[in-house]
Amino acid sequence: MKTLYWLVKREFWEHRGGFLRAPAITAIAFLVIAIMTIAGGEIMGRHVGARFPLDDKNLGVPASGIMDPQTLQRVGTILDAILCGSALIVLAVMAIVVFFYCIGSLYDDRKDRSILFWESLPISNWKTVLSKVLSATVVAPVIATIIGVIFGLLLLALLIFTAIFHGFNVLHVLGAAHPIQVTVHIIALIPLYALCALPTIGWLMLCSACARSMPFLWALVIPLASNVIIWWLDLIGLAQFNAGWYFSHITARLLFGLRPANWLDFSHNMPGTATDSLDHVTTLDRLGLISNYASLGARDVWIGLIAGIAMLTAAIWVRRWRHDN
Amino acid sequence: MNAVITANGLSKRYKNAVALDNVNFEIQPGRIVGLIGPNGAGKTTALKAILGLTDFQGRLDVLGMDPRSQRDKLMEQVCFIADVAVLPRWIRVREAIDFVANIHPRFNRAKCEAFLARTKLTAHQRVREMSKGMIVQLHLALVMAIDAKLLVLDEPTLGLDILYRRQFYQSLLEEYFDDNKTIIVTTHQVEEIEHILTDLMFIQDGKIVLNTDMEAMGDRFAEVMVNADKAPVARQLNPLDERQVFGKSIFLFDGVDQHRLAELGEVRRPSVSDLFVATMKGTYA
Repeated sequence: MKTLYWLVKREFWEHRGGFLRAPAITAIAFLVIAIMTIAGGEIMGRHVGARFPLDDKNLGVPASGIMDPQTLQRVGTILDAILCGSALIVLAVMAIVVFFYCIGSLYDDRKDRSILFWESLPISNWKTVLSKVLSATVVAPVIATIIGVIFGLLLLALLIFTAIFHGFNVLHVLGAAHPIQVTVHIIALIPLYALCALPTIGWLMLCSACARSMPFLWALVIPLASNVIIWWLDLIGLAQFNAGWYFSHITARLLFGLRPANWLDFSHNMPGTATDSLDHVTTLDRLGLISNYASLGARDVWIGLIAGIAMLTAAIWVRRWRHDN
Repeated sequence: MNAVITANGLSKRYKNAVALDNVNFEIQPGRIVGLIGPNGAGKTTALKAILGLTDFQGRLDVLGMDPRSQRDKLMEQVCFIADVAVLPRWIRVREAIDFVANIHPRFNRAKCEAFLARTKLTAHQRVREMSKGMIVQLHLALVMAIDAKLLVLDEPTLGLDILYRRQFYQSLLEEYFDDNKTIIVTTHQVEEIEHILTDLMFIQDGKIVLNTDMEAMGDRFAEVMVNADKAPVARQLNPLDERQVFGKSIFLFDGVDQHRLAELGEVRRPSVSDLFVATMKGTYA
């Protein structure tokens, strides 16, 4: 346990730039863009003499200051969606970082020969591989989620500040947002995300463990080329393959499993899943743990999981004997 | 005492070459063994086999364990510096110490820090900011703080200047080595380790061609400086090697009675490098 903790810590030391700095810089960049846009809009507005009165009257807030529940719910959903969307942006950046992290995870130290140092310590290969899987499935998403939520809150604060500046009394609607629940739900969905990302992580790490050079190319070429061959065989009528099925069930799961909300593939047709509508379904509902975790009922999730674990096991075995010179 | 390493019929074949050919040897505790051979002779393969980094045929027993199947446990007792400058470039001195201290059950943090205090390394420094010599200092500090029974060094000082090389072996000898420890070292800079070795192993084309302790080597091999007039007599005694210096001939003999040699000229113990060159004659021909 202690060894594993320190191995994960080592991964964080090594990849601080990708796990911490990349999401943080993304958030800061988006905040700067938002500030620039708002400031630009204000100044342009002044130039053309336009005013944007956002006071209570214009926005239809009754004199009593109490909005009807449906309107409040809509506003709350929009506010929650801003928070959620901000987290999604950061998680998307993290997905790219983790993609390349996995590809390099069992290859880079062989390339720079530092594997010889790690191998001089009493660490079993399965712990090394597991620590890297944990970094990809827990450490990176948790950091990205936290940064994403902070980013979302700052963005909300910025919008609220702008609204106040224009005379709107935000206190009316602030109670309609659920920042804490949204945050808790996003974090609670990380295990589901990890389970659905495992086939991709397993595949990338297997390529990383096997490749004598250019693991990125192997990881990409094998699924894509096999997909093209399937498509071609289908096209010339030599065999009855469904290239579309192959793409969504093999290629996409090997390569694109790290994207945010990756479990939605499996919950599409699940009964009880809500469709888009601001009136009946709030952002909070969309993040509902039960409806999302219901995607675990899909057989494909488990097949992917088994495949992912099998590939990781293979990666551990390959790691044991591959010491390139 | 039990041998630290016992190899029986140790063999390793690559696709088109034999790296180790049915090798047998035994290494006792408390020895410093020099494993010396030309490039491609199988030194590194032998070390890799001992460290459980490669598969092999035959039997190999390291500290009572099979390095292939019990590697994780074995590495608690065995340490190695495989090559110069293999520390990960991103790691900081402090991180490296923290990591090893928490991973290795036999690591002594105080010892490591005491050693580093005598170098110019600072806690915050990254490996990528260090010179090659400093990297080796850090690696050595980490390794020396581990109370291992067996230390394997594969060309540990390649490319270092003489100050670092001296310091490296001196530290090892003065602060690390004792009767319970065994060190195996391979290097091409034979002259520098010759005085610290207790045993010598020559390896050529995957075979051990000489395996002796240094005392026995002095008894068995002799170098004689012979005047030109006595040279024909010396040649009749089947010298391993002959070379000319200042009009005199220097002969290297294997197993010839030293009293008899004394009649021919001044008898000396040959240097390991001269012995090596004589033994490996024709390797690259």
